[in-house]
Amino acid sequence: MEKTYTVSERKMAGVYSDTITKIMRENKNVVELEADLGGCIMGSKMDEIDQYPGQLVNCGIQEANMVGVACGMSAAGKIPFVHSFAPFISRRANDQIFISGCYSHANVKLVGSDPGIMAAYNGGTHMPFEDVAALRAFPELTIIEPTDEVMLEKLLYQLVDLKGMYYIRCARKAVVRLYDSQEEFEIGKGKELREGTDVTIIASGIMTAESLKAADVLAEKGISARVVDMFTIKPLDKELVLKCAEETGAVVTAENHSMYNGLGSAVCEVLAENLPVPVERIGIEDEFGEVGDMEYLKKRFHLTAEDIVKKAEKAIERKSKK
Amino acid sequence: MLTEKRVEELEKFATDIRIQTIRQMKTRGFGHMGGAMSICDLLSVLYGEQMKYDADNPEWEERDWLICSKGHAGPAVYAALALKGFFPMDWLDTLNQPGTRLPSHCDHSKTPGIDVTTGSLGQGLSVAAGIAFAKKIEQKENTIFCIIGDGESQEGQNWEAVMFAAQQKLGNLILFVDDNKQQLDNMTSKICNMDSFAEKFRSFHWDVQEVDGHNINELNTAITTARNNDERPHVIVMNTIKGKGCSFAENILKNHHINVSAEQAEDAVNKLKR
Repeated sequence: MEKTYTVSERKMAGVYSDTITKIMRENKNVVELEADLGGCIMGSKMDEIDQYPGQLVNCGIQEANMVGVACGMSAAGKIPFVHSFAPFISRRANDQIFISGCYSHANVKLVGSDPGIMAAYNGGTHMPFEDVAALRAFPELTIIEPTDEVMLEKLLYQLVDLKGMYYIRCARKAVVRLYDSQEEFEIGKGKELREGTDVTIIASGIMTAESLKAADVLAEKGISARVVDMFTIKPLDKELVLKCAEETGAVVTAENHSMYNGLGSAVCEVLAENLPVPVERIGIEDEFGEVGDMEYLKKRFHLTAEDIVKKAEKAIERKSKK
Repeated sequence: MLTEKRVEELEKFATDIRIQTIRQMKTRGFGHMGGAMSICDLLSVLYGEQMKYDADNPEWEERDWLICSKGHAGPAVYAALALKGFFPMDWLDTLNQPGTRLPSHCDHSKTPGIDVTTGSLGQGLSVAAGIAFAKKIEQKENTIFCIIGDGESQEGQNWEAVMFAAQQKLGNLILFVDDNKQQLDNMTSKICNMDSFAEKFRSFHWDVQEVDGHNINELNTAITTARNNDERPHVIVMNTIKGKGCSFAENILKNHHINVSAEQAEDAVNKLKR
């Protein structure tokens, strides 16, 4: 069955800004804080900032204070969403997220946009391969990476009612739409997007669509690959990982993030301790980002469907040698 | 102006806070003595005169908030809270004991009456500004008090918060700078001189007052003035002495975190009682 994976006409930034402003109109306790990158995700909504007094707030270029302010607002009963580019949230405000946020049991949703190679022409300074790694060891922090527009909109609504600290690794560009508008999502539960028996590809973010493309190629070669969208990176859906490992005997992970301490590491931890099966990982080797368009960067950092196919074949081969 | 009798009562309360702070550190044998002692008079005025709170209901919606951003001064705040009935006095013997509800640094989730968790210097003022902002949006009457140290002011995040508070006109925020002239390693002037806090805050468009941080009347008048002033955020720069009132710590260089023997503690408490 030939399937095409076309990029949606709707940008994720537009989905975020439309949804969050709708939520703010419905719930006056919800606030959205920006550190002068409002226009990058909220777009023209920033020109209507006066329509959301005390709700849509531009703090200025001061991410550490913005996160602290958000934690204070949550202590006073507000539900803050805080946005900046992913490196400026995860690296610049790292200790504020830990102390004022997690350790203080605050209720703040941190939105880090342009994860990994999605920073494209902003290049290495803005290209976080390490945002999940920088935050994954923080107790009480949930890390999610909405895969497409349908999921992003639904998760934003869920997050309003979920208390606690959340890091949302969020694309701004348009991405491949994978879900139908009726689909439901539960944070902490992965989605099995394609059945398969020879190998399971566990992916997140833009790598989910690449994994589905890889599974099509593998099918032509007579290999049955299962694909899981693991949009919650922490806490990991351990049960699903073990079930897939047991049923397919080999695993490939695929993430738009460093090989260190991201999805692949999390999956390996679970498997090494419970059910060691061959695992191959797709992720960025220990290096910095650079400027380029998405197609160039995918190839440059080995994040293509072809790369996944090779890893899947290798994992299956290792399985047979056991 | 407070009556002479009221001043005496508050001075007595400040002395009791000092005695109970020394008691906590004596039990464990060490503690952050210097920076705890320098804010005891302020705590007396806050918990004895100015702050609105309910010891039986620490999360009371209408309360005033205190964010002690210099979280290592926790034991002084614990002393004030225990003396005002937020928790039993015998908790003061548990400072830093395994499983304690009174850790070195202020922790909202552990101690009744501690409004915000602090300890990593430089973060409390941002959180205080967030609370003040939320209360202002809702047109609530709460006053948000925050204490930062002079050494702590070297953290850049404070100045981000200072700009934010001025921009958002947080007139419900009253900040105290505990200018006790010392930080952990040495005199503040020798490490990273902060010069005039008043000039700095004025240039950031804050309402500024300077007081003797060990003078009950000056502190009380400044807070009353700040409460009634305009929409600018308020700072009260307190000229203080690190270790004030603790005989073996006062005016000694490097009294940030010191050992406390039973004899030293007893001697210091006796001197305070005189």
